[in-house]
Amino acid sequence: MRRNKRPVPGEPENVAGNGLLDRRLFLSGTAAAIGNAAVANPAHAAEALPVEPWMKTPGSPFVPYGQPSRYTSKVARIFASAPGTTGTGASRTPHHLLDGMITPNGLHFERHHNGIPDINPEAHRLLIHGLVKRPLVYTLDALMRYPMESRITFVECAGNSGLLYQKEPAQLGVQPIHGLLSCAEWTGVRLATLLEEAGVDARAQWILAEGADASGMSRSIPLEKAMGDALVALYQNGEPVRPSNGYPMRLLLPGYEGNMNVKWLRRIKLTEGPMMTKDETSKYTMLQNDGKSLQFCFTQEAKSIITRPSPDLTMGAPGLYEITGLAWSGYGRIAKVEVSADGGTSWALAALQEPVLPMAVTRFRSPWHWDGGPATLQSRATDASGYVQPTRSKLIADRGARANYHFNGIASWGVAQGGEIRHVYA
Amino acid sequence: MSMRNVLLAACSLLLFGYGAALAQSPNLGKVASPEEIASWDIDIGPDGVNLPPGNGTPQQGEQVYLAKCVACHGEKGSGKPNDQLAGGQGSLEPGHAPVKTVGSFWPYATTLFDYVRRAMPLNEPKSLRDEEVYAVVAYILRLNGVIGENDTIDAQTLPAIRMPNRDGFVRFSRGR
Repeated sequence: MRRNKRPVPGEPENVAGNGLLDRRLFLSGTAAAIGNAAVANPAHAAEALPVEPWMKTPGSPFVPYGQPSRYTSKVARIFASAPGTTGTGASRTPHHLLDGMITPNGLHFERHHNGIPDINPEAHRLLIHGLVKRPLVYTLDALMRYPMESRITFVECAGNSGLLYQKEPAQLGVQPIHGLLSCAEWTGVRLATLLEEAGVDARAQWILAEGADASGMSRSIPLEKAMGDALVALYQNGEPVRPSNGYPMRLLLPGYEGNMNVKWLRRIKLTEGPMMTKDETSKYTMLQNDGKSLQFCFTQEAKSIITRPSPDLTMGAPGLYEITGLAWSGYGRIAKVEVSADGGTSWALAALQEPVLPMAVTRFRSPWHWDGGPATLQSRATDASGYVQPTRSKLIADRGARANYHFNGIASWGVAQGGEIRHVYA
Repeated sequence: MSMRNVLLAACSLLLFGYGAALAQSPNLGKVASPEEIASWDIDIGPDGVNLPPGNGTPQQGEQVYLAKCVACHGEKGSGKPNDQLAGGQGSLEPGHAPVKTVGSFWPYATTLFDYVRRAMPLNEPKSLRDEEVYAVVAYILRLNGVIGENDTIDAQTLPAIRMPNRDGFVRFSRGR
């Protein structure tokens, strides 16, 4: 394993093994001094820079709803459906091709249990009933008149990164392995406001939330969460929630596993106990080594992933790179992210990009001088509660490898001599 | 705001906070009658409250299964191309590859009625009559050896069933 290089005069000092540099490097301006010598080489500057045709003809006309550049068609979701179906399955966010903290609406991950319903908003109703003083039905028009709040939060499928429970590292990249995670600004009405209008009976301890899709997807949720920061979200990144994310309204439970954020929300029933729906018993429970399964694990634990460099993005010439990725915790803010280039032997503190919000993804960045040799890249998140993202082997030692869900261990990208990047266990 | 005003505001919140909050709420929901709610109130919890009238037997259920389910769930619930519904008992034991089916894994039989009625068959959900749902539930339970060949499933017998993995679940707590 490579050790810290001895500092060279005029070069920034390594702060951890295998070329990791101080996180403030890009801010200090010294980055320009290192990096590629070719930048300063004027040998090929003889030919004049061309004036391209798009500067010599009027551009295209307006369109009602903007689309990405035709040159970025690879920035797209990938998806797989269950056998014999076209809309039952999941699509995944291409984090290796994105930056910042907000997932564009057309790239937000999806999980559907029987396709995307084509809901007429005028016909849609939200019913609140069960253990309430008076059951109420709301139209979309009615909810649009309510005071709104925004929450910038991640939604992560509990099955995200579940491939890391496998014995051998799946030879895949960020998108297929970690793409069941997205982050958006969700705007809507506090569920507590509606529950208070219905009048919560003292016996109620849970709610059942149900979608208006063909599967009638339903989950039980503790009343405490429903009365806390839960939203009936009507907007996603400023526009009406996309059909693939629950149009005309979805439940948003900041920090909770994706499946509970019921899309196409049509019904909330207040109950004494959980209803033991299919998705909270036969799915989304974690089978441990002893044969018992953990149930009602709601909150997504602290976790981080490196989005670049990563598989499918071969390294270029040796020199200065930025290692960047996302960190998040369902228990609150991210406190710090550390990055390793030597498989966890040594760690450098990454810079956290503002804003750092509770239950949102936090973008981290770490400058790295790649010398062209082998490296094993890892990131490790710590959240505000002090919880530290565990290694894969620690997680599996504690929980076993049959749990399927809630994998939040440290993931590793192996950079080979020459720059090929693969998913590895380290 | 002066300290005095802050205190006054705090007092009035304490005194009138709850009522004021409700009064300020838009209150744009329309009160729903039991008749309106009935067609939507489809969930069945472990206590079986809300189960409809009717009943079904494994023999009746086999006919429903062959007509509506076998293409996705295989002969006698053996799975493929979609979820396996029967078998797998004992596979949760340490060191085994788990085969999670209704019989090996599902803790409550009521979940089966709830799910089949709301979501199955995938290409025409909510098309089965309650009698057909009871029957196909009986058939799947029979395939798993949970009930006998001549048993009848109805609103009384279904919630009384103790599934093989009923005690197989532990409530999660952080740090475990």
